[in-house]
Amino acid sequence: MADDIKPRIRVPQNPKKGEVIEIKTLITHPMESGQRKDAAGQTVPRSIVNALNVTYNGKPVFAAKLEPAISANPYMSFFLRVEESGTLAFEWKDDEGKSHKSEQKITLAA
Amino acid sequence: MSQARSLNRRTVMLTSIAAATALSQFAAATASATPDSAKELLKTLARGDAKEGKIAIRAPEIAENGNTVPVTVTVESPMTDKDHVKAIHVVADGNPNPGVASFQLTPLSGKAEVQLRVRMASTQKILVVAEMSDGSLWSGAREVKVTIGGCGG
Repeated sequence: MADDIKPRIRVPQNPKKGEVIEIKTLITHPMESGQRKDAAGQTVPRSIVNALNVTYNGKPVFAAKLEPAISANPYMSFFLRVEESGTLAFEWKDDEGKSHKSEQKITLAA
Repeated sequence: MSQARSLNRRTVMLTSIAAATALSQFAAATASATPDSAKELLKTLARGDAKEGKIAIRAPEIAENGNTVPVTVTVESPMTDKDHVKAIHVVADGNPNPGVASFQLTPLSGKAEVQLRVRMASTQKILVVAEMSDGSLWSGAREVKVTIGGCGG
């Protein structure tokens, strides 16, 4: 189940300097809440993505701590004011202690 | 008129499915969040009591599928270095556990708005507290009616 975890990031292309842009992100993950029972009546153990850290050119810009009450395939959106071109780096952490990283470049409009 | 009728029929069907699912899946769930435990948790997360205001929560009035309820939280703030939102805590008072998510923002966010998708086991209130850079706390709440609970998956 842990093999098909895939982060996705969507940023607007070529924003102007100082523009506030919306960043959308989704990671494919079942987010097992630890409440569900399988066909045999056994509780499926909790397995969720519990944290997201986002940095822009190394500076932290957004962080989230997630609980089992977040839907499967967690989707989030937030805003970022871009003053310079750079790299937006996402790091997701799951209950197994694994991290899933993804990056997206933002280039300011000339 | 015919539209209203078909809507009614659908609602009735959904409700009966919800009842069946509730029986099979939630019967064993003993622990459950209450409005009090949700408020307690918010107090712990935000480390204090919050005043009402500054927060707008957008969510559907009636969510047919409790598995993914889109929620948008907006906090009134200029998001400057001196005056910005540091954190947004979201809890729900009718799930097995009250916690939903906590977000940390910076002046670089530019706009204090986050969107997320929440699981909701039943009709309940979403409670939000925002921590500002000056240390003040603001709270908001919104009820969402859930037709089919989204806890079993």
